Amino acid sequence: MQRFIHIATLLACLALPAVMSAQPALAQSDTPLQNVLQTVRERVANPSRGTVPEVLDALLAAEAPGTVDFLRAWAERGVYERQGDGLFFFAREEADRSLTLLDIDRGTEAGQVGSRDVNQIRPNAGVRREIGAALVQFELTDPDPARRRAALESAARSPDPDQIPALEIAIEAESDPALAARMARLHSLLIARFETDTAIRVAAIENLSGDISTEARRVLNQLLATRAGFAETLPEDTNIARIRTPGQDIELAAAYAQLSDAGLAPPRPGRNAIRDALRANVVNGSVGGIQVHQLDTDAARREAYRALEDAGTVPPLPSQAEMEAAVATHVFFDAYLEPDRAVTNAARDALDSTRTVISAWQFLGITLDALSLASIFFLAAIGLAITFGVMRVINMAHGEFIMMGAYTGYVVQTLIPSYTLSLVVALPLAFAVAFAAGVTMERLVIRHLYTRPLETLLATFGISIALQQLAKNIFGTQARPLTAPDWLAGAIRFNDIVSISTIRVAIFVMALMFLLLLLYILNRTRLGLEVRAVTQNPGMAASMGINPGRINMLTFGLGSGIAGVAGVAIGLYAQVTSEMGANYIVQSFMTVVVGGVGSVFGTLAGAGLIGALQKGIEWFNPANTLAAQTYMVLFIILFIQFRPKGIVALKGRAAGD
Amino acid sequence: MAMPVSETTHAPPAPRRSFLHENPSVLWFMACLGLFTLIVSVLSEGMGTGAISTSLVKILGMTLCLCLIAIAMDLVWGYCGILSLGHFAFFGLGGYAIGMWLMYARAEIVVRDNLAAGTIPPTETEVAEAVAAQIFGVVGSSELPLIWSFAGSLPFQLAMVVLVPGLLALVFGWLAFRSRVTGVYLSILTQAMTLALSLYLFQNDTGLRGNNGLAGLQNIPGFLDVPQSVLSVWFFWASAAALGAGYLFFAWVVSGKFGSVIRAIRDNETRVRFLGYNVEGYKLFVFTLTAVISGIAGALYYPQAGIINPAEIAPIASIYLAVWVAIGGRGRLYGAVIGAAAVSLLSSWLTGGGAPNIDLGFYRIVWTDWWLVLLGLGFVLVTLFFPRGIGGLFDYLVRKKP
Amino acid sequence: MTTLLEVSDVSVTFDGFRAINELSFAIGQPELRAVIGPNGAGKTTFMDIVTGKTRPDTGRVLWGERQVDLLRLSESQIARTGIGRKFQKPTVFEEQSVRENLAMALANRRGPLSVLTWKATSRDRARIDELAEETGLAERLDHRAGDLSHGQKQWLEIGMLLAQEPRLLLVDEPAAGMTPAEREHTTDLLKSAARSRAVMVIEHDMEFIRRLECRVTVLHEGAVLAEGSLDHVTRNQQVIDVYLGR
Repeated sequence: MQRFIHIATLLACLALPAVMSAQPALAQSDTPLQNVLQTVRERVANPSRGTVPEVLDALLAAEAPGTVDFLRAWAERGVYERQGDGLFFFAREEADRSLTLLDIDRGTEAGQVGSRDVNQIRPNAGVRREIGAALVQFELTDPDPARRRAALESAARSPDPDQIPALEIAIEAESDPALAARMARLHSLLIARFETDTAIRVAAIENLSGDISTEARRVLNQLLATRAGFAETLPEDTNIARIRTPGQDIELAAAYAQLSDAGLAPPRPGRNAIRDALRANVVNGSVGGIQVHQLDTDAARREAYRALEDAGTVPPLPSQAEMEAAVATHVFFDAYLEPDRAVTNAARDALDSTRTVISAWQFLGITLDALSLASIFFLAAIGLAITFGVMRVINMAHGEFIMMGAYTGYVVQTLIPSYTLSLVVALPLAFAVAFAAGVTMERLVIRHLYTRPLETLLATFGISIALQQLAKNIFGTQARPLTAPDWLAGAIRFNDIVSISTIRVAIFVMALMFLLLLLYILNRTRLGLEVRAVTQNPGMAASMGINPGRINMLTFGLGSGIAGVAGVAIGLYAQVTSEMGANYIVQSFMTVVVGGVGSVFGTLAGAGLIGALQKGIEWFNPANTLAAQTYMVLFIILFIQFRPKGIVALKGRAAGD
Repeated sequence: MAMPVSETTHAPPAPRRSFLHENPSVLWFMACLGLFTLIVSVLSEGMGTGAISTSLVKILGMTLCLCLIAIAMDLVWGYCGILSLGHFAFFGLGGYAIGMWLMYARAEIVVRDNLAAGTIPPTETEVAEAVAAQIFGVVGSSELPLIWSFAGSLPFQLAMVVLVPGLLALVFGWLAFRSRVTGVYLSILTQAMTLALSLYLFQNDTGLRGNNGLAGLQNIPGFLDVPQSVLSVWFFWASAAALGAGYLFFAWVVSGKFGSVIRAIRDNETRVRFLGYNVEGYKLFVFTLTAVISGIAGALYYPQAGIINPAEIAPIASIYLAVWVAIGGRGRLYGAVIGAAAVSLLSSWLTGGGAPNIDLGFYRIVWTDWWLVLLGLGFVLVTLFFPRGIGGLFDYLVRKKP
Repeated sequence: MTTLLEVSDVSVTFDGFRAINELSFAIGQPELRAVIGPNGAGKTTFMDIVTGKTRPDTGRVLWGERQVDLLRLSESQIARTGIGRKFQKPTVFEEQSVRENLAMALANRRGPLSVLTWKATSRDRARIDELAEETGLAERLDHRAGDLSHGQKQWLEIGMLLAQEPRLLLVDEPAAGMTPAEREHTTDLLKSAARSRAVMVIEHDMEFIRRLECRVTVLHEGAVLAEGSLDHVTRNQQVIDVYLGR
């Protein structure tokens, strides 16, 4: 408490001038700090917990500039006392292990010495803590807002009642409203936890109601922590959370165990204890008159135990009735660790008040997650949907085109050091590479299998395993990173509950761009017209002078190219491996099947549904992503029952049953 | 070795001949299988000269099981036109069903031995708890999941080998065929089923040890004293017998009117409907029947493999199955056998390090790295240029001869 | 003659196009009926409805003495109640022999298990030989159906239709691609079949229809335009307008 007062006064004097003006306070001499320190030289050189306040007082009185830097250096063993004159210096270690002394006030070099010529001041852990605490308070009123924020964060990480007065002073002086709010909340939290006056505490807790930050809820939950207890009658002075009725809220055996643990009832041996007791009492191959080899049922063992009990060799086994009787004499309850009922009630109310808001924010978070997942599925699946729609061909190697795009990005990044520039180059290049691969595959393989869709599925699977293994041979089996540029690396934080990484936002934007681009191509260009014609009726389109071969080739290239771009996008937030495509292919199929073949909006709907579904299931069962995927696939199988042609089905004869 | 084909297009006109007369390829196949079994037995470590190592006997026995599931795949795809990407899931389920008994019964023997060392014999509950701890310690649990309730009973688990894949196929097939999902859609749907199953098995809390799978299946409770070299030959025989019986059964199924109807369904199911056949019923029948056979094949395979885990069930395995059948030749049973045997043996030879690597001076061809590339491209070539697969070559030879 | 099939007020729409428009139609047993009409009159769609391939939006289709509602049955169930269909484009199972094609169509039990254990009885064999004789395919019984000529495939399909022993035969353009002699044979076959069954023939060839000597129904824009003897309908001014265009 003594330290407490010291720091408070120290701050009261220091804070205002330090915040109001960035200029150092004027000093009478040109070495004010050194002068002060010399007045308490012994205390500085050989600090102990008890003497630190004395030094702080002296520093306070002097208001010398550079005090904070000195305190920090002092705690971190960066202050040296020169032998002989006893002056204090900072020092810089030179290559030859000698030290260059630096003037404590001006920072100028003050000659070179060997390490033997100075004493390094080494405060012990207690002293360092003392100094550290003082420092946080100093820093809370630092002129630099960044330093104040850092100090605030470190204070929030290790809450301490000592911080309360310092915070109160800092709040007064704070000019940045955001920081002031942050300080006010920390202040409330500290009051809620450490204040002794109930009214002030309750007020602070009420202040926290509606606050959805993690730290606020953590403090409130801490206030509501309980312990299990029991007593013969319900104690008056205990803050009871709930009463547990044996047999309903607490199992009889568990309640009895509490009593016997406290020595209030004879222990009830469990199965293992009975066995051990019998084992210890084997006489001539039998226990209590029962042959050992017959003791392989619980009933026989209990009988033998009872025989031992009658002989008085083992403590008696309490019967069910005895247990009930023992338990009935006591009340079992959960009690708050916090004895003050007003505080716990206020805390519970505050927590309840945030519940709805938190659910709403969580829902928003899930929605954003689902949206981001959906845009990834959309990017991965749209190429597949186009090729499937136009050519009725399932391209199992689609995932490998995704992989190709990602590796293209990786290779570009090894060649171009700037992440932004490499990304700008990688996106079109990935499109080009995958486009070329798609066209080649269409020309060499798929063209010859148009009448045999199932065999196309298998042939493209053959290509898929060959490509996967090739990638493994070239790039190795370990994952390759595809690093996002700094401006994409962060996350957008709404509050403690909802945040979304920038890269996911970028992928969402990219998906949106591709959606618009595709809609434009399909609805506004000659190519799109021909593609739609071939999708709806290839024979008729051919007789209208459209060359289906060319259209097929171009669509296949387009679909593959988009897969390549999707690969770069996926590679940015996941890692690039030879199997990354395979991980997305089944989901992409699902997206296409659920959405409906050959329709951009269908794929969009499919991706949205699957993304929402997966995240939705994860919400109910957050620990288990695998279960979410399992249920999602089951849902899709059932979905197909009711809409075999997907959400957006082509109708009429064009659907081509 | 020229194997006469039993193509129905050349069915002999005389109607009164027996099944085997009409299908000489079945006799040929049986003779080859018998001869092969005899040779392997004579050369095996456990029963004969020892020229064939125990591990090779196991590989050959496992290959026979793969041939069995391949002919099942051939029936459902090559004859009935359903490209199922789910039959390896049924195979795995059969393996899991028998694996549960193998693991449980062996753990029980071990546990009883341990507990018998104490002065007092264990109760059944204690045994069950200790077994559960032994089996599920690896996933951090010591409770026996509900599905293991009867794992100690061999007849029950044997029934499961047939019932679990059968019921799954029945329910799934009923849903899928009822809504007239066909072609690539159906393939994707079966793939989804396989994926869901493998994801389900990958979870630790579903009671099948998550990605650890079931292990130690090569130790057969009751025969723990029999050396693996002898056990491997027994299993080889069992696999050969199963393959022989399965081949005979399927050959009989496809030779009659039933075969005629399912091939008709493959070629034009709408037309078959107008002939008054319930196409969905036939598909469901074939799908379920082959699922059951796949389960049996799996139950024979995994005791030889010794371990089963969810990765075995992943969709890719079922696609490989389709690849074998396609390379061997669809629509002919011996084609499926040839495809499965050739590709899986070649694969284990090349990836097992048996094949010498080739040094080209500027590049060293390591087979483990290049085998899949080779398989993939080879498969594309087969699809493009030999849609009838290796089995198609026999047709070619037989037709050229006269 | 009793009414075997009664279609009343049936309509079906594809994407806004009304293919069948409140069509009513009845056929008795035994009866031979020809259905004619210009392209797009809805002839094939009408057959699709009767055989269960297309579900109408409104209307009723009743079958037989017990007035079974065909709209509740699946294609295969409809086929088993006794409606056989021959398609416009011959659809036989080309990979299989003529004998197998006919065996599949024989009126035996259709369940998977009975088919699995089916063995040809002497009656079945005799019936196949008889059908082959009738359709002129006796020599080709063990050939691939795919190796047959176009006309022979038509014959095979008619043979399969007869093998089903249906009460109603729906025959879509049976004479297409046949030589005059083959046509004559077809006419005889259909006429003899119609002695005990109901036969409905869709045909474009007026000469062929004239030889059938039966009642004619004219369809136009999905509805019945006229019905009666061929001479009667060809004198009908509306029919003439439809066929010649105004």
